[in-house]
Amino acid sequence: MENPVKVDPINSLNDFVIKFANVNGTGSASANQMFAKSIFRMGIPISPKNIFPSNIQGLPTWFEVRVNNKGYLGSRGGVDIAVAMNPQTYSQDVEEISEGGYLLYDSTWKRNFNRDDITVIEIPLTQLCVDSFTNAKQRALFKNIAYVGALSPLLEIEYEVLEKLISEQFVSKPALIEPNIKALNIGRDYVLKNLPYPLGINVKREDKLKDKILVSGNDACGLGAVYGGATFCSWYPITPSTSVAEGFEKYASKYRVDPQTGKNNYISVQAEDELAAVGMAIGANWNGARGFTATSGPGISLMSEFLGLAYFAEVPLVIFNIQRGGPSTGMPTRTQQSDILSCAYASHGDTKHVLLFPEDPQECFEFSAEAFNLAERLQTPVFVISDLDIGMNDWVTDKFEWDDEQKYDRGKVLKAEDLDKMDNFGRYLDVDDDGICYRTYPGTHPEKGAFFTRGTSHDEYARYTENGDINEQTLTRLVKKFRTASELVPDPIINLSEKQGSSGVIFYGSTSAAMYEAKDILNENNIEVDLMRIRSFPFNLDVWEFIENHDLIYVIEQNRDSQMRTLIMAEGGISAEKLRSLVWFNGDPIQAKFIAKKIYERESQQALIT
Amino acid sequence: MSYFKPINKHPNLEKNKLGLTRRDYEGGVSTLCAGCGHDSISACIIEACFRLNIEAYKVAKLSGIGCSSKAPAYFLNASHGFNSVHGRMPSIATGANCANEDLLYLGVSGDGDSASIGIGQFIHAIRRQVNMVYFVENNGTYGLTKGQFSATNDLESKNKYGEDNLFPPIDLTSMAIQMGASYVARSFSGDRDQLVPLIMGAIQHKGFALLDIISPCVTFNNHDSSTKSYDYIRNHNEAMGKTDFVPLGEEIKTNYDDGSSVEVKLHDGSRLSLEKTDHNFDPTDAGKSLELIREKNKEGKIITGLLYVDNKCKPLTEIMDLPDKPLNTLEQDELCPGSEILEEINKGLS
Repeated sequence: MENPVKVDPINSLNDFVIKFANVNGTGSASANQMFAKSIFRMGIPISPKNIFPSNIQGLPTWFEVRVNNKGYLGSRGGVDIAVAMNPQTYSQDVEEISEGGYLLYDSTWKRNFNRDDITVIEIPLTQLCVDSFTNAKQRALFKNIAYVGALSPLLEIEYEVLEKLISEQFVSKPALIEPNIKALNIGRDYVLKNLPYPLGINVKREDKLKDKILVSGNDACGLGAVYGGATFCSWYPITPSTSVAEGFEKYASKYRVDPQTGKNNYISVQAEDELAAVGMAIGANWNGARGFTATSGPGISLMSEFLGLAYFAEVPLVIFNIQRGGPSTGMPTRTQQSDILSCAYASHGDTKHVLLFPEDPQECFEFSAEAFNLAERLQTPVFVISDLDIGMNDWVTDKFEWDDEQKYDRGKVLKAEDLDKMDNFGRYLDVDDDGICYRTYPGTHPEKGAFFTRGTSHDEYARYTENGDINEQTLTRLVKKFRTASELVPDPIINLSEKQGSSGVIFYGSTSAAMYEAKDILNENNIEVDLMRIRSFPFNLDVWEFIENHDLIYVIEQNRDSQMRTLIMAEGGISAEKLRSLVWFNGDPIQAKFIAKKIYERESQQALIT
Repeated sequence: MSYFKPINKHPNLEKNKLGLTRRDYEGGVSTLCAGCGHDSISACIIEACFRLNIEAYKVAKLSGIGCSSKAPAYFLNASHGFNSVHGRMPSIATGANCANEDLLYLGVSGDGDSASIGIGQFIHAIRRQVNMVYFVENNGTYGLTKGQFSATNDLESKNKYGEDNLFPPIDLTSMAIQMGASYVARSFSGDRDQLVPLIMGAIQHKGFALLDIISPCVTFNNHDSSTKSYDYIRNHNEAMGKTDFVPLGEEIKTNYDDGSSVEVKLHDGSRLSLEKTDHNFDPTDAGKSLELIREKNKEGKIITGLLYVDNKCKPLTEIMDLPDKPLNTLEQDELCPGSEILEEINKGLS
């Protein structure tokens, strides 16, 4: 260890941020994930985040892990330990380190970093790997495992946990276990022989993660689609949604193959573009199979014409929108919540869509499965709106649960025997007065129940009409159906403070983690707030009641234009003054201290005035 | 507007094996222009379904946007129909086909729908070998928007207003063969004798069947300087030999001289018997088919008949290893892995 440290090094147990700086395409991802998982396995909450470029090889990429024994999973900001493996970004990476923090770098090529307030840890990782491995590829790859090995004594990560992770990871390729363990030991032994350890920052086993799992939102969406009975998936590759389809395929190929015949009880089609992807999913749903597509903002733009068709012709459909930074191609590998309005009103003409906003992978799983029930019950497109932060990062989340007693809601579908009992089938007759009509699958009955699905204006019997009154009736009935939808979609989660007259806070999706932490910060500073986490659109009465009961409400979201606030104002006629917009849209996940600071400033100002 | 015909049936109408008459295969009253080629094609579809004893409710009629795409409303009333968006019928067909491969899929499209806005979906449905009959009712013009050029309009063909067409046509048959379509025929809406057996063959074929049917637009593209007018097609049509559709278990009635006919067996055991006008031609040889189409195009002839067939192709649902039981009939117990397996998955994630 060099550089005399003038500032006291940070001392912290189970509460810090470590950031790995790598070059993408060098195999660092699996080493970094192993690091994160080892701490998870020690029962300590973590939140790992990938910060990566839209590139395959050669550009900078970072992996940040927040370790936090209180369970705060949002991005914290600041870096306590940097593992700098990319000389391209040394200056930025070193500058980011908090006072008293630590820097670990590959000292095969020595550097002076001009920071006398941090502890610099020098390990000649490249040299060590060159000495130990002959294969060039292995030399490069195992540098990553070696620094994880070095972190084991430095941070007091239980070595057995790392060893076990390696043997689990390579269970199907046992030949790789030995060299990986060797690499792990190279880093570990170097520290044990040459450096003081542990650092002031370290970890110690806790028991905070009972019934918790570590999983990404996209994996959870894919699994939810399998559990929700989806048999048809059509998709076009787009970051950050691709892993939804991959997740579906992964689980379906394991749990959806007919044990007798070995045939696939599902299909996943990689479409030629997003238009075809959504068209195929509509075709499958029209024919009575549960089908979905997964995309991101640009895909929603491309799918818009078809979304209007599914809305107007009343065909069920599930769309996953894993939002990224917009507009246009925007920041494809960064996160935002900026497609709220483009999804809520997707397509030309008067259209409105059902949206679900999961806050974490557990809810991704739950909403993904439920979306198919809602889509078939309501005969309309249902969007599961997640984002890159939830979708592509692993989250500590409640384990998945499934109630075997709960049956799929296939909606109002008439079978041949139902049709036999009927004299008058009209596809768009509002028989039950809830705006939802009865449909039939093609091929149901030799004489009854056939109809013509169309995007042109139609009467109650699905016949083309240019009669304006009839078209007005159809559009009005769709509003009624949307009201029915508001009774079926997930309720908001409301958390009222003890103090009467507190300001309200509205938030949704991936903002939740930061918001829960911000609330605690505010409470510590004697500011109480009432929280409402919106989980779906259309808004139900609970949402309107919360808004009605508050004089001032902060609407926190990760987009420039306060899109959720606009939606609330437009749908409820709520005055602009009442809803105070608080936005963060730089593409990184929103941080608690930002939210807390903004609310604190405004609330203390308010307190001065009153 | 949709209009439906009164259901009065003459007692002596011919019945097929299902006891149905041709009237049972009809649709709503056409709103296309009087004399439109598309109506003749609808009549041929009705005839083919009648002769094949098709159960109409086991048919799905799909279309995009345009005059051609209105046509499914004018045949097979007992079938479900889906008039989707412009150029996107192939994706609807793909999804629907995967959900239930037991139905017969008749996709009706036009030259605007398939050769312009939807050319990507058209090609990819072919490439995936979606099991369907794909009709292109090809009139070389955009009728509903009043006569603009389409991408199949010949270079030398003017529009109704006398304007020159500046860009060469797309030949859908050659393109389809190159993309892997397994049944490719071209015909003329005015040649019922040729068209009906070609449709019957396409229906019995398993895989992507393209029927590119020149279907004159009487209002916008039937003038003297058009190459898609009735007169022009009649004068330039070079029909290949007669095609007979021979149902399973029936004998071939027509006898051609040795070597002058070729027989193609279809998936259900029925056969197509083709009279050969050119002894070198082999409809199972894609290279020869492409050569023939190119030569005839060069000569200014419109070659019609069965141009290519591959009766050994694998349709999409087979490529993807789907079960015999349609996906849309699977029940929750076959679809949902249940809580015990979820517990296992949870363990793997902890």
